[in-house]
Amino acid sequence: MSLIIDGLSWLLLMCGAFLGISGAVGTVRFPDFYTRVHASSVADTLCAALIILGLILQAGFSLVSVKLIFILAFLWYTSPAASHAMVRAAHFMNVKPYLLNKGKPPSKP
Amino acid sequence: MSLYLRVLTVGLVCFWLLLSGFWYKPLILILGLFSVALTAYLAMRIERVYSLRSVTKIFIRVPLYMVWVSWEVVKTTLDVVKRIWLPKRYPISPTLANVPMTQQTRLGKTIYANSITLTPGTVSVRFEQDGKLLVHALTADSMDDLKAGGMDSRVSDLEE
Amino acid sequence: MFAATCLALLVIMAIALIRAFIGPSVYDRIMAVNMFGTKTVLFIAVFGFFSGRPEFLDIALVYALINFIGVIAVLRLVERVTHTGTGAGPK
Repeated sequence: MSLIIDGLSWLLLMCGAFLGISGAVGTVRFPDFYTRVHASSVADTLCAALIILGLILQAGFSLVSVKLIFILAFLWYTSPAASHAMVRAAHFMNVKPYLLNKGKPPSKP
Repeated sequence: MSLYLRVLTVGLVCFWLLLSGFWYKPLILILGLFSVALTAYLAMRIERVYSLRSVTKIFIRVPLYMVWVSWEVVKTTLDVVKRIWLPKRYPISPTLANVPMTQQTRLGKTIYANSITLTPGTVSVRFEQDGKLLVHALTADSMDDLKAGGMDSRVSDLEE
Repeated sequence: MFAATCLALLVIMAIALIRAFIGPSVYDRIMAVNMFGTKTVLFIAVFGFFSGRPEFLDIALVYALINFIGVIAVLRLVERVTHTGTGAGPK
């Protein structure tokens, strides 16, 4: 039984680490600020969720698990607010996005 | 006492007890009650108009919506990860467009914009004057998914 | 297994630091620092398990909040500096 839990925990932790590294590589690879925010939000949401789920499997049913769930909830509530604030500030300051459809710009600030 | 205040107080007490782990020391419990009262007072000062009024919405619909959003996060994350590692086969096509919103209340609009930002691949940029939301998407496909309105109607179901 | 996860998180933080150094605009740097902070939260949590002391989770919780407040505060400061040219006081 503990072998199954350990294996599952390994799997979740490694998947989380892979997603985090993907997000970090994406922030280096993508061409402009707005697309980099997408990559960093990959590393902020599902990566954190998988790693914390792996830790919860290790901790079992206790107050430690509850604290881990609180950390996950904080991260999932604050990371959209932080990325939205960054993107809004950049848009407000006229950071030009790299767009594929050069047709019509949707709006001017 | 409004429903919001009651749910808030009970939630804060549970939060404090779970976070501290001190269930038996009277002095620390009294300090905890004091901080709960202060936090509830500050929260009531922030906003006085609440759109979530019924208990079923708070305790059943919102958790269901959270589960649905988590599944959306998983799907869109896999899409973005594909585009990070295989940029030749899955090219990105960044798009900036206005997305219509059908929510009426400020809380509903906030939930919708936050959900858009939470799912990787789409970021809400700013509210426009005519009740639309300016969204930056990593691919044109995810922008089309957003405009199809699945998430929009689900958030609108949450409010009254 | 916790050691491997710690190592992966350190690699992620290093790549985020690279972006913070080369980032052309100030917003790229803020984004990299935000990502660094989130990964620090996870690193503290995993390291608490690695060293067998789950009390580290309290530090991780507080760090998550401080990181968020810090990013928002730096963004406000950047907006104000670009508006008025100084960081001091409202315009």
